[in-house]
Amino acid sequence: MNNLLNISSSPHVRDKSSTKSIMWDVFLALMPAALFGIYNFSIKAKSINAVLLLVVCIATCVLTEYIWQTCMKLPLTVSDGSAALTGLLLALNLSSTFPVWMAIVGSVFAILVVKQLFGGIGQNFMNPALGARCFLMVSFAGQMTSFTYDGVTGATPLAIIKTGKVPEGLAKPELLDMFIGNIGGTIGETSAIALLLGAAYLFYKKIITWRIPVCYIVTFAAFFLIFGTRMAGVDHMDLTVLCKELCGGGLILGAFFMATDYVTSPITPKGQIKFGVILGLLTGIFRVFGASAEGVSYAIIICNLLVPLIERWTIPTPFGKEGLKNE
Amino acid sequence: MNVCVERLKNGIITENPTFVMMLGMCPTLAVTSSAINGLGMGLTTTVVLTLSNVFISLLRKVIPDKVRIPAYIVVVASFVTMVQLLLKAYLPFLDSALGVYIPLIVVNCIILGRAEAYAGKNPVVPSLFDGLGMGLGFTFGLTCIGICREILGAGAIFNVQFIPEDFHITFFVLAPGAFLVLACLTAVQNKLKMPSATNVEGASTCSGVCAGCAGSACAANKGLKEAERVAKKAEEAKKRAEAAAKAKAAKEAKAAEAAKNAAAGADKKEG
Repeated sequence: MNNLLNISSSPHVRDKSSTKSIMWDVFLALMPAALFGIYNFSIKAKSINAVLLLVVCIATCVLTEYIWQTCMKLPLTVSDGSAALTGLLLALNLSSTFPVWMAIVGSVFAILVVKQLFGGIGQNFMNPALGARCFLMVSFAGQMTSFTYDGVTGATPLAIIKTGKVPEGLAKPELLDMFIGNIGGTIGETSAIALLLGAAYLFYKKIITWRIPVCYIVTFAAFFLIFGTRMAGVDHMDLTVLCKELCGGGLILGAFFMATDYVTSPITPKGQIKFGVILGLLTGIFRVFGASAEGVSYAIIICNLLVPLIERWTIPTPFGKEGLKNE
Repeated sequence: MNVCVERLKNGIITENPTFVMMLGMCPTLAVTSSAINGLGMGLTTTVVLTLSNVFISLLRKVIPDKVRIPAYIVVVASFVTMVQLLLKAYLPFLDSALGVYIPLIVVNCIILGRAEAYAGKNPVVPSLFDGLGMGLGFTFGLTCIGICREILGAGAIFNVQFIPEDFHITFFVLAPGAFLVLACLTAVQNKLKMPSATNVEGASTCSGVCAGCAGSACAANKGLKEAERVAKKAEEAKKRAEAAAKAKAAKEAKAAEAAKNAAAGADKKEG
């Protein structure tokens, strides 16, 4: 009728952002990393597999969601971009030589098992892309951890730092290369600068706050400064090693783009800080004491499971309500 | 004979321990990494279950009610030990594949559950068929899960491989795969409206053994339980009333005596 005089109950949302706009903003923010991945692993290596993985993952995720929601007679949520974003994140988490059919299995797992079976968008208990990555890691460990760069299949810089052994035909990783991304790794994680560019866009758009990523990275850095020398390949701690640890692997991708997922991170500010700290500790433990050189994805999905507890622990006191008395 | 057939059907379909009662989840999830393991575990449990049901039914009048659980455990543990030694002697590959889960049959809640719910109260022959039916139902459930996991995870059925190595999804032979497969099979069951733990309509075909039924699955059971509760309450109230009456009577008697005594005392004084 007359919208001007129409009074609804609170909250009166005046913000224009919606699930759709946020998803596409994150999608856009991941573009530098994706384009760098394509340049690094497809154009430079003259192999189409990386591009194919990106396209196939996004298409499979969207298609799976569409088919499931059509079959189950649910409202379609394909257009909000969340499935496409899951596909993109999953592809960025795969090795450039990963077989395409396995990527399809992973995408179906991400959307069907992790997201739709638990009730669709907003109900998933862990990040679908990371859930699928861990599923693929468990199922196809060999293909998930074989990284090819410049035609040479070899260890990632993180593994070289961890073991201290430089394989033949590979140079010891330089910090600058790791920052720009001229190293082996998954499609989206290699270039720290491209990821930071995307993260800056997210900060500018106020889609993510500083709490989770900063707490995560600071805690991890502190943990690494204390315990880093326990790793076989690190004789003495200096800032170069620390920076390499920060730039290498999925830490930046995970901290800015995956740990900050709205559905699977705490909503209370205090909870977000605790979430970041636990993430940093777990990643540190996995990387330093674990069997594998990488630990970001497992750390994030474990913390995703802790979120309900963290939120219960950090319920904010409403204004005007007495706090707990100090006795 | 009719009751025996009914017991078999009850164990395999109506109250299938894996898919309907959701009992014995530990071996169900742990040892079903291949069809042969599931089948072996199921059959081993069937043997123990049948024998222990028969024995407990034979001893049901001897075992005092207060120590029945320890007595059942002793019976079950003896049979498990025997079966384990037999397996070690004649099927060593199965013994090594199942490992600690063979001794753990002792604490399998299907066996204790059947002893408590059926064998402890019923004659020998129906108990035998009850154990057989439940055991076969368990075997059926475990083999189903084992087949699904083996096809997806190892590309084979009963060790006959038909999918090449490159296409195996290892996830399904590991622990998380067991949860996923069991959940998917239960979802299919619910979708097809078969009897299941969560499908209350299907579960209403109850065997009439309400003592063995844990939940309020059927209206009859609910009514029965309710009636039981009311009867108990009434009995308690009656008892209380009786006790009160008795106390009152005693009090009155005491008062009367006191009065009498007092009167006597007064008489003496006067005297």
